[in-house]
Amino acid sequence: MAQNIIAVKNLSKSFDISSKEPGIKGTIKHFFRRQTKSVKVIKNISFEIKEGEIVGFLGANGAGKTTILKMLCGLIYPSKGSILVSGYLPFRRKENFLKNITLIMGQKQQLIWDLPPIESFYLNASIYDLDKFEAKRRIKKLSEMLEIDEELFIPVRKLSLGQRMKSELLAALIHEPNILFLDEPTLGLDINAQRNLRKFLQKYNKETNATICLTSHYMKDITSLCKRVICVHEGAISYDGKLDLLLKKLSPVKEILIVCRSEKDAIKLENSGFNVKNKIKNEITIKIENNSITSSLKNILNNFDIEDLFINEPPIDEIIGRVLIKKDYDI
Amino acid sequence: MNLRKYLKVYKNFLHTSFASELEYKTNLLVDLITAILSLIGSVFLLSIFFQNNSYIGGWKFEQALIIQGIYTVLNGITNTWFNPNLTEIVKHIREGTLDFVLLKPIDSQFFISLKKITPSGFLEIILGFCLLLYCMKINQINLNLSFLTLCLITIICSICILYSLWFFISTTTIWFVKTWNATEVLRSFLYIGRFPLNSFSFSLRIFFSVFIPIAFITTIPSEVFLGISQLWKILLEVIVALIFLSTSRKFWLFALKFYSSASS
Repeated sequence: MAQNIIAVKNLSKSFDISSKEPGIKGTIKHFFRRQTKSVKVIKNISFEIKEGEIVGFLGANGAGKTTILKMLCGLIYPSKGSILVSGYLPFRRKENFLKNITLIMGQKQQLIWDLPPIESFYLNASIYDLDKFEAKRRIKKLSEMLEIDEELFIPVRKLSLGQRMKSELLAALIHEPNILFLDEPTLGLDINAQRNLRKFLQKYNKETNATICLTSHYMKDITSLCKRVICVHEGAISYDGKLDLLLKKLSPVKEILIVCRSEKDAIKLENSGFNVKNKIKNEITIKIENNSITSSLKNILNNFDIEDLFINEPPIDEIIGRVLIKKDYDI
Repeated sequence: MNLRKYLKVYKNFLHTSFASELEYKTNLLVDLITAILSLIGSVFLLSIFFQNNSYIGGWKFEQALIIQGIYTVLNGITNTWFNPNLTEIVKHIREGTLDFVLLKPIDSQFFISLKKITPSGFLEIILGFCLLLYCMKINQINLNLSFLTLCLITIICSICILYSLWFFISTTTIWFVKTWNATEVLRSFLYIGRFPLNSFSFSLRIFFSVFIPIAFITTIPSEVFLGISQLWKILLEVIVALIFLSTSRKFWLFALKFYSSASS
């Protein structure tokens, strides 16, 4: 049984935020008398993450996902509550703790802009006190996993976004951390680059048993990497559990398009007690609950003359979109 | 602190900085020419001041040149280390890239203060030392070990005071977000350090000694060069340097508790 590597209890964070009225008057007023108010961005949250788990943090913009990640890696002091990551209090930023974690942000970069990535890798290697041979071995291993080769020797400013992101990953993983905090790592990448990055993260997790905490607005990142999701809404956790369970709860019915041999069969099916969404000539769309789908289909195929049928899954983005607006769902 | 590791990291800082600068050859050449022209301009300006006066604030032209020499060395150090690194702190905080620094197992102050260098500043340092050697010749100053030690101590103290002041102002960015202007004001005050402290009025002398200790930065090392400094002044400079250095360090560690990182 895997051990808990992250434990968060009753965590809260408040920020002082100033607001400004529009126009010149508002600007002058803002300059002389700045109005600030304390905003509670994280509200009393608790959760635990086991070693080797990949957990996705879901939420709308400004929900508090990044603030949680930054508190977990020790960048931001919590206002209240406790955090324990790998046995350390993150905000103390002890050397051994920092050697254990990494933070990758899709919209920020640490590579030296004018130099090839390899120079940044060796600089990072010296910061993590790795000798040249060990650094070389790790760069070789990770570059093979990430499928980058010539790019290591081209100045960062001349690399594509995808190549740059791969290099950022290599720079962030050279010290082989056990815990990865990824804040929208696939932001702005094309479909192939996104897929390659996901493949790499899966492989890295499998080979090293690293724990991964991930935020992303691309649902494919979440569905292909995370078995567990934590939904954050206005600073509070609205769901913490398995992703497939969440999807089942949010989308309890499937739509089935049935093409009958004749319109007569379609009318017969329409009047047989199914929840009909619409009917056009010999095509009829019905809604069936997930837990009775097998028996219902068996019944339809045995009792009606059917030419073809299609099961339509609602798009996952649409389902998750409902999670982001709390009033639309209740788990 | 693992000294071997820090030396290794600093070696890498030097390597990457040189490599980055050498990517833009024309820029480096322009910087080198600017350094030479700037020194010529400053000496010319000083000579204009002394055209109708043999003494300014009790200093002869040949003696005032020593202050110019020390100023040039310090300005070279500023351009080599302080300017590329300490102005970057504001950018790190505004854009949130300080996150990467804070998550590295290395002292954050060491990292952000020494990561970059501007090689053209080295020329200024060399030119400043050449001017000082020339001044020693025209002022008939004899070289000996105690003289060199005192000179070195006062120059190192000056560097520490200047660094601490600059670092202190840059650290306030954590609260005020944008403090470019404050560091520019500091640089302007540094220009004042090209002139002997005695050439200013009493109130300005107090201001530049107590509130913004520019006086300590150039005048005391110059007095040491001329052999006219008093021991208490040297001791005072050492004490001021130590207080400034430790205060800026404590202030940085205190300020980090308020760092909220930039939003993504």
